[in-house]
Amino acid sequence: MAQNYDISRLKDIAKKARIDVIKMLEEAKGGHPGGSLSEIELVVSLYAHEMKHYPDNPTADDRDRFVLSKGHGIPGVYAVMAQLGYWSSDDLMTLRKVDSPFQGHPDCCKLPGIEASTGSLGQGLSIAVGLAMASKLDNDKFRVYTIIGDGESQEGQIWEAALSAPKFELDNLVCILDYNKAQIDGFVSDVMPIEPIADKWRAFGWHVIEVDGHDFDAIIAALEEAKATKGKPTFILADTVKGKGVSFMEGKVDWHGVAPNAEQAEQAIEEISNS
Amino acid sequence: MAVASRKSFGEALLDLGGKDDKIVVLDADLSKSTMSKLFADEYPDRFFEMGISEANMIGAGAGLALAGKKPFICSFACFVTGRYDTIRISVAYSQTPVRIVGTHVGIGIGEDGNSQMGLEDVGLMRGLPNMTVIQPGDDIETKQAVKWMVDNDVPSYIRLTRQNLESVNGSDYTFELGKAVELVPGDDITIMASGGTVHNSVLAAEMLKKEGISAGVVNVHTIKPIDTDAIVKYAGSTGHIFTVEDHNIIGGLGTAVAEVMATSGVGGKLTRHGLHDAFGESGTYDELYKKYQLDPEGIAAVVKSSM
Repeated sequence: MAQNYDISRLKDIAKKARIDVIKMLEEAKGGHPGGSLSEIELVVSLYAHEMKHYPDNPTADDRDRFVLSKGHGIPGVYAVMAQLGYWSSDDLMTLRKVDSPFQGHPDCCKLPGIEASTGSLGQGLSIAVGLAMASKLDNDKFRVYTIIGDGESQEGQIWEAALSAPKFELDNLVCILDYNKAQIDGFVSDVMPIEPIADKWRAFGWHVIEVDGHDFDAIIAALEEAKATKGKPTFILADTVKGKGVSFMEGKVDWHGVAPNAEQAEQAIEEISNS
Repeated sequence: MAVASRKSFGEALLDLGGKDDKIVVLDADLSKSTMSKLFADEYPDRFFEMGISEANMIGAGAGLALAGKKPFICSFACFVTGRYDTIRISVAYSQTPVRIVGTHVGIGIGEDGNSQMGLEDVGLMRGLPNMTVIQPGDDIETKQAVKWMVDNDVPSYIRLTRQNLESVNGSDYTFELGKAVELVPGDDITIMASGGTVHNSVLAAEMLKKEGISAGVVNVHTIKPIDTDAIVKYAGSTGHIFTVEDHNIIGGLGTAVAEVMATSGVGGKLTRHGLHDAFGESGTYDELYKKYQLDPEGIAAVVKSSM
């Protein structure tokens, strides 16, 4: 049973994070709104509820690890982590600028708190597997969570990692797919279909849970179920909307990697604020 | 006694693995060939068979390194470095201290032929920032190089042979990263070799001496960071450096030496010998080394014709 949580607090963090995503991308005149917005509830569930972590001590030995394998979505993570006290919302305005620790894709060397440098798709899940293996060597010291993309699932290395986690019985590992169904050249189903997704991961030996990726109760219940599942890793198929929270971005391919201009940003922030 | 450097590595890993439980070893279905099996049999809890999934092996190694382990990830040189982008981002850029072990380098592997031969791996690894590249020339050097890798928490790549390597260093040898070792002094030309070509170069120098050519031999066991001082010194003293490697002459030792000679202003001539922008093929070790002139006679002949 999940520890008690205040859903209005989680929704508030999500709202503030979405606003910061829009602000930082508009300021940077670049970045990835679609995938940063689709993952917000997932990231908030992890950082504001599920994970054991210490904003004041980002290198604490026993902290749970989160790897954003779909590294282009890092603005969403930067924004959520700001709400959790890792840095300030003002700091986020240096995104993508020279010498900023808030690199366009995450750099773990430049920014304590970020666990892995990703951005070349397909690699983060393997890193998560390695972290989970290390934890097993040390008596299950910490849990490991990763978010992958659907376009990213077209990369072969994802499936190498998917094969390996059940072999090593990594029940301390949760892989969440931010299934927003759109990539750059088009919808995933047109570019290179990956369905049936749940069937594939089940066949690879994972425990599979399907949730609405914007429903905190469902996400948190899934994370609980993952903790209770022994002997195999858990894959959460999170059905999401690309650009969630901004009406003119929702469900659109075009907003994968294009930043809103000042006018669009203003409209977006107003919508999110009033939601 | 001649020992393949892959075997020296396996023995070193077994020995060091017993002294440091942070050491973990991963292999991609080649542990009987890379000799990681020696460690695997003794310390099964710290050995991970990853199957024929080199990219995942590299990434998992990065994860293990991020959690404070000292991972050695093992495969054939061509297969592991072939997953270049994963090494680029998950290891080199992330600065995760993954120790990458590439065995079966060069045409020296023999009959299996080109697809199993590491011939461009040094070029790939050398071009990565934060990567140390080591190619030991004999048993004692390999064992000390492996110890260096254990003791230094940085990304590194070690290049190992299938064929036996005769000793080129004495029993009192001390490996110093980045410091090339003069094995034979010479006035007319300096042969710079690495790994499987070192001992053959020493024998070649003996042959050349009989013909009145004073060829020095230097063992360049560290390709990155390259010993720029040594290159400048020998280019200056002999005026001609001859590099020989079981690797494409593009991208490896020869190219590294060329970079130093050209940019230091020391001048002098450079002859690069190795695989002349060619792939390998099947044959016995002896047949191939003779055909590609990496045996002592071949090296001597190419040295002579370059002068």
